[in-house]
Amino acid sequence: MCALKTFRSGGVHPTENKLSEESSIEVFPLPRQVSIPVNQNLGAPGIPMVNKGDTVKVGQLIAKGEAFISSNVHSSVSGKVLKIDDMIDQTGFRRKAVVIKVEGDEWELSIDRSPGIRKELTLAREEIIKKIHDMGIVGMGGATFPSHVKLMVPDGKKAEFLIINGVECEPYLTADHRLMLEKGEEVLIGTMILMKGLGVEKAIIGIENNKPEAIRHMTELSKQYPNISIQALKVRYPQGGEKQLINALLGREVPSGKLPIEVGCVVNNVGTAFAVYEAVQKNKPLIERIVTVTGKTVKKPSNFLVRIGTPVQELLERVQADLEITGKVVSGGPMMGKALNSLEVPVVKGTSGLLLFTEVDSSRTEMKACIRCGRCVRVCPMGLEPILLAQYSENNMWDMAEANLVMDCMECGSCHYTCPSGRPLLDYIRLGKNKVGQNIRNRGKK
Amino acid sequence: MDSILILAVVSLSTIGLVSAVVLYFVAQEFKVIEDPGIGIVEESLPAANCGGCGFAGCRNFAEALVKKAEDEKSIEGLNCPVGGSDVMKKVAAILGLVASEAEPLIAVVRCNGSFGHAPAKVKYDGPGTCAFAHNLYAGTSGCAYGCLGLGDCVVSCNFDAIFMEPETGLPVVKENCIACGACVKACPRGIIELRTKGKKDRRIYVCCVNEEKGGPARKNCSVACIGCGKCVEVCPFEAITLIENLAYIDFDKCKLCRKCTPVCPTEAIHEINFPSRKEKEAEELSNKKTGCVH
Amino acid sequence: MGLLTVSGSPHIHTDQSVPKIMYGVVIAMIPAMLVSFYFFGLGAAKVMLVSVLACLFFEWVIQKYLLKGTLTINDGSALVTGVLLAFNVPSNLPVWMTIVGAFVAIAIAKMSFGGLGKNPFNPALVGRVFLLMSFPVDMTTWPVPKAIFGGTAVTDAITGPTTLGIVKEGLRAGKTVSELLPQIPDYARELLGNQGGSLGEVSAIALLIGALYMFYKKIITWHIPVSYILSVVVFAGIFWLINPERYLDPLFHLITGGMMLGIFYMATDMVSSPVNTRGMLIFGAGCGILTMIIRLWGGYPEGVSFAILIMNAFTPLINRSFKPRRFGLVKN
Repeated sequence: MCALKTFRSGGVHPTENKLSEESSIEVFPLPRQVSIPVNQNLGAPGIPMVNKGDTVKVGQLIAKGEAFISSNVHSSVSGKVLKIDDMIDQTGFRRKAVVIKVEGDEWELSIDRSPGIRKELTLAREEIIKKIHDMGIVGMGGATFPSHVKLMVPDGKKAEFLIINGVECEPYLTADHRLMLEKGEEVLIGTMILMKGLGVEKAIIGIENNKPEAIRHMTELSKQYPNISIQALKVRYPQGGEKQLINALLGREVPSGKLPIEVGCVVNNVGTAFAVYEAVQKNKPLIERIVTVTGKTVKKPSNFLVRIGTPVQELLERVQADLEITGKVVSGGPMMGKALNSLEVPVVKGTSGLLLFTEVDSSRTEMKACIRCGRCVRVCPMGLEPILLAQYSENNMWDMAEANLVMDCMECGSCHYTCPSGRPLLDYIRLGKNKVGQNIRNRGKK
Repeated sequence: MDSILILAVVSLSTIGLVSAVVLYFVAQEFKVIEDPGIGIVEESLPAANCGGCGFAGCRNFAEALVKKAEDEKSIEGLNCPVGGSDVMKKVAAILGLVASEAEPLIAVVRCNGSFGHAPAKVKYDGPGTCAFAHNLYAGTSGCAYGCLGLGDCVVSCNFDAIFMEPETGLPVVKENCIACGACVKACPRGIIELRTKGKKDRRIYVCCVNEEKGGPARKNCSVACIGCGKCVEVCPFEAITLIENLAYIDFDKCKLCRKCTPVCPTEAIHEINFPSRKEKEAEELSNKKTGCVH
Repeated sequence: MGLLTVSGSPHIHTDQSVPKIMYGVVIAMIPAMLVSFYFFGLGAAKVMLVSVLACLFFEWVIQKYLLKGTLTINDGSALVTGVLLAFNVPSNLPVWMTIVGAFVAIAIAKMSFGGLGKNPFNPALVGRVFLLMSFPVDMTTWPVPKAIFGGTAVTDAITGPTTLGIVKEGLRAGKTVSELLPQIPDYARELLGNQGGSLGEVSAIALLIGALYMFYKKIITWHIPVSYILSVVVFAGIFWLINPERYLDPLFHLITGGMMLGIFYMATDMVSSPVNTRGMLIFGAGCGILTMIIRLWGGYPEGVSFAILIMNAFTPLINRSFKPRRFGLVKN
């Protein structure tokens, strides 16, 4: 284990509040009904493969990802399909979902449910990629990019390293932490599979220093896997962003506007590595994930293994969340997560956590005039100037925003977090990215 | 002392004279030749510089008018909404042409999702403009198409013709609207449309832009268009089309016969500036709505 | 259950705020305040009180009656301007002149540009320079500081010039540095504050203590002070090495006059200085060079205020020309 590294510049250190880090993973009981959206990934939505009235089993394909950047969706329960309809999702918009009434817990026969750990890798590289595609694996860190696409290296580029993100830099979230502690060997096997799928010889797992037990445990286990090294990193947000993680581990900088493969790296979350293990070694599609439910209004902050499609309401009931004093429910971490519009939304592949805030913590600080202190510039990990980007967005100066590289912004929220005047910098920058993105697309069309 | 005075006067006068002559020649040399007609046309324009004609200010519009008149011998298609047909007639006269009468337009807000009809299901906390709210989420009522009530349209109006009604949370267009189109551009959801003012200022339109199916649309707002199509059936002039669960009345084809308004089950079709129907008609109306037949 | 709140990410916020920063600066200035009260007595206290109250009053009156907008006198920025303005004037300045200075600083240099965050120039410095131009005599007659711990006073006079004043006049008259040295306070006294000057100029140590507090609380960063100090040392050092009889050494320049005050409290004013660290370094260096040019060859003995104001004018240009190092920018 080497000395503590971190990424070059910028970043903040919010209070960690890892309230649920001692709670081991609990298997969440089956819900009465699930609502599984057909689009749980970046890219095109899946095409439904079942109809109203069909009986489905756990692991059955219910939506097929036909486009290149798309993913399969499988049923997480067994029962009858009630309807395929537009159901409300995280942002308040309605998207197509398959609603299934849960009856029993019958699994597809092809899935290996035996408890032991399978260590031998028997599939070839192309077979691994196909398997990951078939099993509907997407990035479990929250971005939900279809994983098989990441393994297909474009012509002219060469992959050197596989990087596994065990950093979990967002406050409150502990899903990845518990996964490494309780299923560490499976994560390592999943990493070996991904290495084979990508065609690389070396992998590095980055873990932040606030998880010493996990670092110890993984380092111990990795002794049997000499090609995988564990690297402890200094605690800093947003270290989990792939560009920052590559910079911290290898010192390389992904060029502006390009993907990590430009510097020979591919980054995956530990949750994805675990899901890949289950997919390739146990033939199990992505039907459940670990969700941290935490916050100040939660009596028992916990980590649950939840079936995809379980309504969020049920999870909140289980942890005895006091909804009377809850003002906001966030899906994801507090820095980049989305505030939910309603509690009827289901858990999807990208839901890493549910965070509850009190009424007082839910409202923002009052916005004051910008005092040009420059703190936002100092904390931006991408070297941008949020003060200027926000000004341009406010005044509709989209060309200036584009010239100042607003599209490079990764929306980590460090600027907004740090501003002493309480200015909603990230809101302005998001609007700017939206408008500039539209302009770029319109220009491309002409 | 005297000689100094004389010297000062003479030298300053000489400088002045020389400068005047130099400036005269320079002015002649760098003179910009411009059609004098542009200045005359510009005089007759309202000088509001609002951009409603589609050009950057009245001067620019005057240049376009003169150029078009020269090239095509007509000013068809160019209209000043502020000045209206009076100004266009004057301009045409100056250019020696005949102006066509354009129908006066007015901005129409096609959403009736007030606080009462579309109750809030969440609280919004963020920058108070529609552009930001639209970028973030569907809206406080859950309707992803409806008015967000934060007033980008009001801010954009240069003529004080639109204001936010505090009781309903919806914008209201006043009669002095000259249809410059600023609010249409400002609304991120395309709710505001420029429609003809109509004979006697009367107009009928579908006050909804929600494209969801009837069930979800109704859940969020009690006066949404549910796409039932009853209005399409009943219109004798084929002025109403139903696309993506939303009815739309074409203002050129609509003859203001008022047959569609009573059949709409959610009262989504609005008629403006009509006299109220007599009581007997009102009774027939309500019977039709509840499905009660004699 | 009430309605859920929906807002954009992030959903947490640091507890830093504008009042905390401003009051932090005020706390950092307390050591210098106390030292000035000791050396200059009641006069200093009077000037400080009048300046602070006048600044707060003008901001309140303008916001309440002229602009009819929200009141922001609680955010501490007017308080900081008041204290800094007092630091920049002699302790025997008449009350009405202090009030005029406060008016210029708040109403003209700050509120007329749009209030907090919009002023291009440091308000306290604008006030001070205005007073210097309008009332040159009152602004350049300093009271003699009290002797330290009961020792003998510097002179028997009631008012006297500053160290820089003595040096400038002496060098112009043709005297050499070695002839002048006995006439000016030694380094120890200058560090402590036993020299003539404005309220806040005199004690380098007290100002340094305050500056350390500001660094600890992360109110200011090292960029502007370090580049300012380095450029002064290098510039003064070069000339001192060339001719030590005409030019004084860099340490002398650092601890006399308004240099310490300017470096840590005036040049680092966030609103009028550049936003990114590269720009800040250029800004500090520019301030240093200009200060030395004015001190060595300009008409005034002290150049800090003018140097900072000139660099304030360049801040927008510096912001446009110097950008932070972008992550992953491909160099063609």
